[in-house]
Amino acid sequence: MPSEVTHVRISIGSRYEHIDLIAVVIDDALGRLGLDEDARHWVGIAIREAVANAIKHGNQQDPDKDVDVELAIDDDLVVIRVMDHGEGFDMEEVDDPLAPENLLKPSGRGIFYMKSFMDGIEYGPRSDGGGTVVTLRKRLTAATPEV
Amino acid sequence: MKIAVRNDLGVTILQPKGRVTIGVGDVALRNAVTEAIEAGARKILVNLGGVTTMDSSGVGELVSAYTTVANRGGILKLCELPMKINDILQITQLITVFEVFDTESEGVASFG
Repeated sequence: MPSEVTHVRISIGSRYEHIDLIAVVIDDALGRLGLDEDARHWVGIAIREAVANAIKHGNQQDPDKDVDVELAIDDDLVVIRVMDHGEGFDMEEVDDPLAPENLLKPSGRGIFYMKSFMDGIEYGPRSDGGGTVVTLRKRLTAATPEV
Repeated sequence: MKIAVRNDLGVTILQPKGRVTIGVGDVALRNAVTEAIEAGARKILVNLGGVTTMDSSGVGELVSAYTTVANRGGILKLCELPMKINDILQITQLITVFEVFDTESEGVASFG
């Protein structure tokens, strides 16, 4: 594994159009870490979901509130943390988007995307107490998700 | 993200290109479907061949479009799904909801 990428940190204001910037930077970092195009695509989708949730639900689309994204390496894992200034929520209370009664709902698939495309996901309070952090983990040897 | 709109044998074809993601492509897709319905379209075929990325908001807009058209007595179908978009519809099990065709001509012909 190339050692040149060990830590990346980006902050954006809470605007959806900034998500592309994060996607480009993280994709470049993941490429340097050796992830192939397919794996980078799915990780990129998961990160887009995490950042979109942070903007929409966490920061209530307040452009003055930042979303912070960190990428770090932990052994054979790439660990991505997306932090907002919201109150968080209980991931277990999110409806199952695959349940027949939810299949035609227009929203509610973001967490499902993250769970599907990453090897680990957890929500919790920020260490500074000022919001919520979602932590996404992916093995650097990861393959494309099975469908 | 741009959406080309054309008509073939009475079928309105919408062809988005690029990313269908939150705040950008999803809104464009919603507007295109709304305009088509208001113009009287009831047979709508969305050609996804040029779509590179679709997040959950983009998928949500596809579902919304499907139900909106159905509620107006019409039907919305999909064609030319790139592999990654097909994967998304498989994972979300929406592949069981939409009628999907390999080519645009097959999709148009399916409306009869």
